[in-house]
Amino acid sequence: MSDSQGPLWEVFVQKKSGQPYVHAGNVHAFDKEMALQNARDVYSRRNEGTAIWVVPSDAITASTPEDMGSFFEPSNDKIFRHPTFYQIPDGIGHM
Amino acid sequence: MENQALYNYLIHLADDSVVLAQRLCEWTGHGPFLEEDLALTNISLDVFGRARAILEYAAQLEGKGRTEDHLAFFRNEREYTNVLLAELPNGDYAKTMMRLAFMNAYDFLLYTELSKSTNATLAGIAAKAVKESIYHRRHSFSWIERFGNGTEESMHRLKEAFLDTWSFTGEMFECHAQFAELVKTGVVVDPARLKANWDKDIRDLLQRAGLTAPEGVYMHTGGRKGVHTEHLGHLLAEMQSLPRSLPEATW
Repeated sequence: MSDSQGPLWEVFVQKKSGQPYVHAGNVHAFDKEMALQNARDVYSRRNEGTAIWVVPSDAITASTPEDMGSFFEPSNDKIFRHPTFYQIPDGIGHM
Repeated sequence: MENQALYNYLIHLADDSVVLAQRLCEWTGHGPFLEEDLALTNISLDVFGRARAILEYAAQLEGKGRTEDHLAFFRNEREYTNVLLAELPNGDYAKTMMRLAFMNAYDFLLYTELSKSTNATLAGIAAKAVKESIYHRRHSFSWIERFGNGTEESMHRLKEAFLDTWSFTGEMFECHAQFAELVKTGVVVDPARLKANWDKDIRDLLQRAGLTAPEGVYMHTGGRKGVHTEHLGHLLAEMQSLPRSLPEATW
């Protein structure tokens, strides 16, 4: 995943303190500091976030489309794993 | 004009930014790669934005119904009072970043002082510029360190960039007699007061990049009096040609 623009880094932006970091996209950069600055310039210059993570893309291990059936479908028929029987209290924010 | 000295001060403050921002925006679409192209264009926009706020205030003080656009686009080369450093051609990326690092370090110190100005408008403009210049400085400084610790080629280019620009840095610290009263009343800062901190910041940076600044170098001067290098005329011609040929043009 490397070319003359340097390796790829995945960018995760946190909108507000306490919220999860959400994948925003990726940037090219030759080192950590450059990756962080580029991520800031590409993904947060319109005030989208309050914090950023950058991770080398090749450090991420991903499931493949072939994994889909065995990974995700078995949970479909186990309704007891889904918290649909509970009232979520108002005080709990992001569930 | 009652506030002639303040007007002149604002003009030279803004001119440093207008000319630097115009130089930086020459890279738009020509950056080394997409992300860096965006980064430098962002910096250019920040610097233009700061210039605009300063010129808007200057135009208001002047009270002749002119706007910031008039002041940017309808003043000639001899009426521009930016430092020569700002108008030097970009050269390669090392030279662009060297000049930018010198000016970012200076802007951070200058606007930090100006944010304490007894003039509330100037203090407000300066406070915003401080935050921006912290980021600009971080960006240009990290490139200088990268060039200095990169390859033989990048080090060679960094050295050339340094030699091309160093003798233009002295002018930033000149204080002119017309501003003495403004300094005394705490409206503006005597730039000579920034010199020691700037020196330390830059010498530390150069050391991290494997360079040493020589002592006792002849320093070019003239920009503050409107006496420029041959490069400013070309820059202004490009920047001003549209509003001068179509003065009523709007977006």
